[in-house]
Formats: sequence, structure tokens, C-alpha cells
Amino acid sequence: MDGGAFTTAFHLIVSLDPTLGGIVALSLRVTLTAVLVSCLIGLPVGAALAMGRFPGRSFVVVFFNALMGLPPVVAGLVVYLMLSRSGPLGDLGLLFTPTAMIVAQTALILPIVVSLTRQVVEDLWKEYEEQLRSLGATSMRAIPTLLWDGRFSLLTAVLAGFGRASAEVGAVLIVGGNIAGHTRTMTTAIALETARGDLALALGLGIILLAITLVLNAGAFFTGRLAQRASG
Amino acid sequence: MHGPLTILPLRVSGLGFVKGDKSLLDGVSFDLRHGERSVILGPNGAGKSLTLRLCHGLLKPNSGRIDWNGQAAAEGRRSHAMVFQRPVLLRRSAAANLTHALSLLDLPRRERKERARAALERFGLTELADRPARVLSGGEQQRLALARAWALRPQVLFLDEPTAALDPAATKAIEDAIQTFHREGVKIVMTTHDLGQAKRIADEVLFLHQGRLLEQTPAEEFFKAPRSPEAAAFLTGDLLW
Amino acid sequence: MTKLKHLMLAAAASLAATTGAASADDTYITVASTTSTEQSGLFDHILPAFEEETGIEVRVIAQGTGQALETGRRGDADVVFVHARPAEEEFVAEGYGVERHGVMYNDFIIVGPGSDPAGIAGTQEADEAFAAIAEAEAPFASRGDDSGTNQAELALWDSAGIAPSGGWYRELGSGMGPTLNTAAQMDAYTLADRGTWISFQNRGNLEILVEGDERLFNPYGVILVNPKRYPHVKTEKGQAFIDWLVSGEGQDAIASYKLDGEQLFFPSASDGES
Repeated sequence: MDGGAFTTAFHLIVSLDPTLGGIVALSLRVTLTAVLVSCLIGLPVGAALAMGRFPGRSFVVVFFNALMGLPPVVAGLVVYLMLSRSGPLGDLGLLFTPTAMIVAQTALILPIVVSLTRQVVEDLWKEYEEQLRSLGATSMRAIPTLLWDGRFSLLTAVLAGFGRASAEVGAVLIVGGNIAGHTRTMTTAIALETARGDLALALGLGIILLAITLVLNAGAFFTGRLAQRASG
Repeated sequence: MHGPLTILPLRVSGLGFVKGDKSLLDGVSFDLRHGERSVILGPNGAGKSLTLRLCHGLLKPNSGRIDWNGQAAAEGRRSHAMVFQRPVLLRRSAAANLTHALSLLDLPRRERKERARAALERFGLTELADRPARVLSGGEQQRLALARAWALRPQVLFLDEPTAALDPAATKAIEDAIQTFHREGVKIVMTTHDLGQAKRIADEVLFLHQGRLLEQTPAEEFFKAPRSPEAAAFLTGDLLW
Repeated sequence: MTKLKHLMLAAAASLAATTGAASADDTYITVASTTSTEQSGLFDHILPAFEEETGIEVRVIAQGTGQALETGRRGDADVVFVHARPAEEEFVAEGYGVERHGVMYNDFIIVGPGSDPAGIAGTQEADEAFAAIAEAEAPFASRGDDSGTNQAELALWDSAGIAPSGGWYRELGSGMGPTLNTAAQMDAYTLADRGTWISFQNRGNLEILVEGDERLFNPYGVILVNPKRYPHVKTEKGQAFIDWLVSGEGQDAIASYKLDGEQLFFPSASDGES
């Protein structure tokens, strides 16, 4: 059966199966968009959390740390209840669309980006604070500098977020509905083929998912290392 | 180097700093005038670095005043720079470290580039401009920190044991750089452990001991005949740090 | 900072593209249906004909019957297409659905390990077979997910006069396929719909042991979600889908779906009753 899975995966790839192509494209679009949105929100929020001092800050820090362990199914359920026609945002009609999946995955990734950004920025600020303040930078003004200087550590945070989003099935299944050709991703397709008992196809899809994840991570890793070598 | 309006003299009066229930600095008063190289000496824990940080505005005193030419402290910030014992350089190229510092002054992009280029040249770092700052040697890093301070065109430069972590050759290069600042009219205020260095650089010495200023004396006189017994002990090596 | 600006533009464009696809083009309907219909491959077979004829895209969400009806109840689907008659009638009675139309049926089968420790092979009465399994305390895998199949299973236990419990009775809370996967691993009996069974590939030692009892009859109904309750329901297109399913054309399409040479679903719209 294992040989079957590799053969199946191989066949799917070399035959450029259009259904598979659509599934892969959708998976990447959803997850990469969720990663992008999480970074746009999470980097500044995480940095602000690192630099800011306000009452209840520790609570917010612990809250985001805890959310990193949020079960995807729970995130999916909450987003489902928000976006359902009977929910507060029902009028948008977003349930069972890729957008709903992006929202759910963003809810999963955002805590990772916020928490790790806060940690990275906090550590860098400890190192840089005197120097940057000596140069006349306020805390807020220092944020872009710290984010840029922490870029290699932050890349790891982003990859962790990507990994969590691309690997999860619970949230996208609930809010996307696993509609063929519309909201079916790699992971929900794997769940479906497993349910159908077609374990070879399921594993084949799993191998493809793993390969894509591997390629993306390797790309990020080596780009990061080259850039790091170039900038110290 | 300095604009038409000088921020000197620096008048420090009754400066006190408390951490927890420990008084680290108590009733320190002195005036620093333009033109002289002031070196702060004293054993470990005397409050030398603390005094520099307070003057530079990195810390707020618990008591006392710091006036720049009669103005309250915060005003003169951009007219004085500081170089630390361990240079903190950003994870980017040597040149980018300078342009970054200049961008915090809100200078136009072109002027940042020009000033950075000039500063690198001034301190013999032109060839290292594109190298990542973090992979430079300790001496190069400290020279880059000095170049960064120079690019800011300060009227006063604070240096906190700038050569403590360096070998003799690098130390020489840093001392030369400090003399460059001095020749260009920048007021030098530095701390050091190294009595030889203090003799080479100082025009006047401020001697701190256990958070108090015991004397402010012209250098020649200080090394010949210090006024306080603690300073005398310090010079003979009996007062260890 | 220009980099950041580019990133933000890209994000905005990407979001707009995805939402645009969701709201702007309104040529689709959402159908909440069951895992058994989806996993048997029926939709892949019949939907292209409908979509080509009407230009209406049918987006199928495959859930358990209970969950599919809940999706309809919350207004998140235009049409529900399920198999649990009493629950469907309740759905209509509560005002969530307009009217139930019988579409087709398939049948349930009792599958179990070839060794058949409870000795039920060839039994004519499904409830007798269930009683024998309980008697032997042979492992039984229940869907336990409030699906149509699960509800049919519970009805059979009820008619056998047994309230199943104990270590041999395992509620999995899973769809049909996962339940079959598990049953194959545990050498357990289970109630399955024939459609999923035929297309299921990971059977292990499992075999059909009991079939043909009319209590194993499994009717499918289709219901338009009530637009009076949810004004956004695509009444016209949803109704078009229902009309097509019960039309000669739709019924022929259903009858023509064969897997491994076996017909899985039997049209029943003309029966009037189911």
C-alpha cells in the first residue's frame, strides 16, 4: 500500500492533474493570504506589545501565548458561528468560501506571529535600547528598526504560522465545507479520501503536501541564510 | 562641528540617583566647559557610567538638575552623542548603520548618504562600508560607533570606557579618533579604567568615589598632587577597583 | 517602507479577489448533504449534467444528516439533501424547510468480519441480527454522529428491544468511511449504506452479512430552506435543482450511476410517497 501511495502521488504530479492543481493552488492561496494578513496585523501588534507598558499587559501577553495552542476546531467553530447566516456577520455571506477559510487560519496564525514577534522584539530592545535612545529614537520609532533587525527570527515565526495553517484540517473543514472545486484544500481532501477508504490516494496527497511544505521551508531557510550572511 | 548656538557649559548640580534603597550617586555637582577634554576617574562602582548616562539623558536623576547652557536637560539631546563600552551595532551593513542613525535626525535621504560616506572616510572605514557591521572586529566596530557619533555632528561626545574591551592597537586607533573629535571642537567627556589613557587624553579629571565627586582638577595637577586622599590612593594603586 | 506598502496592496488585492469570488458571482447554490452521497461519488456523476443545463453551480457540503439539517436551520445552505425521514419532516414542520421531496433510496447493509462471531450471516430480519450481536457482545461500531445512518441504526436497536451499551458497543462519532475504516481494524460489525460500502476500498475482513430487509430501506429527501425565514436563500435556483432531481432527467441520471457495475441509488420521485 505504501508503494501505492508513492506511485499515486507520482502519477498525480506528473499527470498535472487539474483537480489536484486547483486544490494545491487554493491551499496555497488561502494559507499564504492568512500568513500575510497575520503578519500585517501581528508584527506591529506584537512589537507594540513588546514596547508598550500598560495595565493588563501581562494578561494580554499570556492570552496570546495561550492562543498559540488554540485547537483549530475551536477556531473554526468560532469563525463558523460568527459568519453563519444566523451569526453576527451572517449578512456578509462568507461562510463556505475561501475568505472564511482565510479568516479561520488567520485566527490560528495571528497568536503565533504576535507572541513570537513580542519575544523577538523584547529581546532585541533589551540589547538596543540604550543605543537607540542615545540616537534619539522613541520606543515607537524604534519598532521598525527592531522588526528589521529581528527579521531572521521573525521569519521562523512566520514559517511556524505557515506550518500550522497549512497542516490543519479542523478549522477549514468547518468554515469551508470542503466543497469540491471551491473550498477543498489539501488537508480536507486528505481527510475525505481517508474517509472514502482510499488510503493510497490520501497518503499520496499527504506526500505532495509534505513536499510543498518542504520546498517552501527550504526556500525560506536558504534565502534567510543568504541574506543573513550578507547582512551579518 | 558645532552650530552657532553652543549648548555648553553643562552645569550639573546636586545630582542624586537611587536604585532600590541604595544611593548610587549623591550630591554630585560640576561644570563642564567647552574645549577641555574631561575624564572621569574612579574605582569600580564609583558612579562613572551612571554620571555619563544621566548627563546624556538615558536615565532620569532622583534629585538635582542638569542644565545645558541654562536650558533644562531634554533640550540639548540631539547635540550630544554617546559611545558605549560595547558598541551596539544593528544587523545591517556598516554604511546602513550610519544612515539609520541619521534617519532618526529626520535628515533628507541624500544628506544621510553624504554624511555617512564622509564619516566612514574620516575614520578609515570606507572599504568596510558594505560589510555587515556585526562581523567586523571589535576595534572596527568601536571605530564604526565613533564614526556614527561623528556623523551626528554633536557638540559633546560622551564615551563610556570605549577601549576597555580592546587590544592595544585598537585602543590606539580609538584614542586617535577621540583626538580627531577634540581637534574639530567637540567637547570630550569620557570614563576610563586606564590611567595611562587618562594621562594621554585628559585636560581635567573628575574623581568620583562611592557616588560622590571628590575633586575636579586640571589633569597635570591631578596626576602630580591630587587633592583628596582617596585619589592619591587610587593613583598609587592602593584603592583597588 | 515601500516594501510594506507593496505587501499591504497585495493583501488587499488578494482578499478582494477571494471575497469577490464569493459574493459577486451569484450563479451557485449551496447544498448541505450527507457524507454518504458525497463519498459514494453520486454528485460527481449527476451534477455536471445539471450545471451544464442550467448554468447553476452546485456547491455541496458533505456532513452528517444531523449537521446538514443544522446547517439548513442556521440558513447556511439553500437546499438540504439528506436521509433521515423523521428529522426531515420535523425540519419542515418547524418552518425551516418549505417541503420535502422524495428523490431516491438506497439501502443499508449490516457488515461484519467474515468470521462472524455472532453468527448473523443470512439472517432475514435486521433487528434479529442486531439482537444476536448484542447477545454475543461482539464488537459493534456505531457512527454515533446523529447522521441518517446513525438514526436508522438506533431505530433498529429500538425495534430489537435493546439499549446498546457496554464495552462491545463503540460510538465513534465519525462519518461512514472512518467508521468502516475503524470497523475493519477492530473486526467489528457496523451498519453501512450500500453506496459508501461499494466505493469503499479499505474493507479488510469486512463482508456483507445481512441485506434485503425492508427496514434497511434508506430514503433520501430534498428540501428547500425556507426563504420566509432566510430571505437570502436562492429560492429560484434552489427550486430549479430540486425540480431537476425529481424530473425524468434527474431520476435517469441517478439510476445510471453505477460503481463496479452496481447501481447504488434507486430513483423514487415517481413513487409519490417517499
